[in-house]
Amino acid sequence: MTAEELYEFLKKVQEPKGYFFNPDRKMTLQILEGLLLNKERYGYMSCPCRLAAEDLDWDKDIICPCLYREPDVAEYGSCYCGLYGSQEWSQGKIPQQVVPERRPVEKRLKTG
Amino acid sequence: MPPKPKLYTLSTCMHCRNCKEFLKENNVEFEYVDVDKTFGKEREELIEEVKRYNKDLSFPTIIIGDKIIVGFKKEELKEALGL
Repeated sequence: MTAEELYEFLKKVQEPKGYFFNPDRKMTLQILEGLLLNKERYGYMSCPCRLAAEDLDWDKDIICPCLYREPDVAEYGSCYCGLYGSQEWSQGKIPQQVVPERRPVEKRLKTG
Repeated sequence: MPPKPKLYTLSTCMHCRNCKEFLKENNVEFEYVDVDKTFGKEREELIEEVKRYNKDLSFPTIIIGDKIIVGFKKEELKEALGL
């Protein structure tokens, strides 16, 4: 699967749920390439902005869309990695900001 | 002149990539390591290194002299680099 194909597929699935891609298409495609690379490396599409433990059970919370997307989009307009956001964020109506890591610290410390 | 920044990054992360681009655009020399591309002992050591600066172990973690910047925070970078 190419990043373009993944883009089209996810757009159809996620927009009706209220999650919209980063308006910068080039960046979105790069993030999707990261997801595809993680799928190849680890066997699952873990968040491209988090260090995977290479352990599916351990990383379940950061398989995209991650467990933290919903509260992050609600609070900051976008998810941690910047792939998804609200419609307003996606349309540039609210500013992009740095989203702090919400994953509990003890979940980040497994070195894999 | 400010010290050369050292970046701990992930090769797949947009914020890490944007941070590297920002430094290049501003002609700032820097060194970086993509932690996701390391394995075994090297990765373990790097993780310990990142945690010493940023207990949250998140990326990018940027070290400029005694300043530690977590995340691609343009304004903080500019200030630390005198841009």
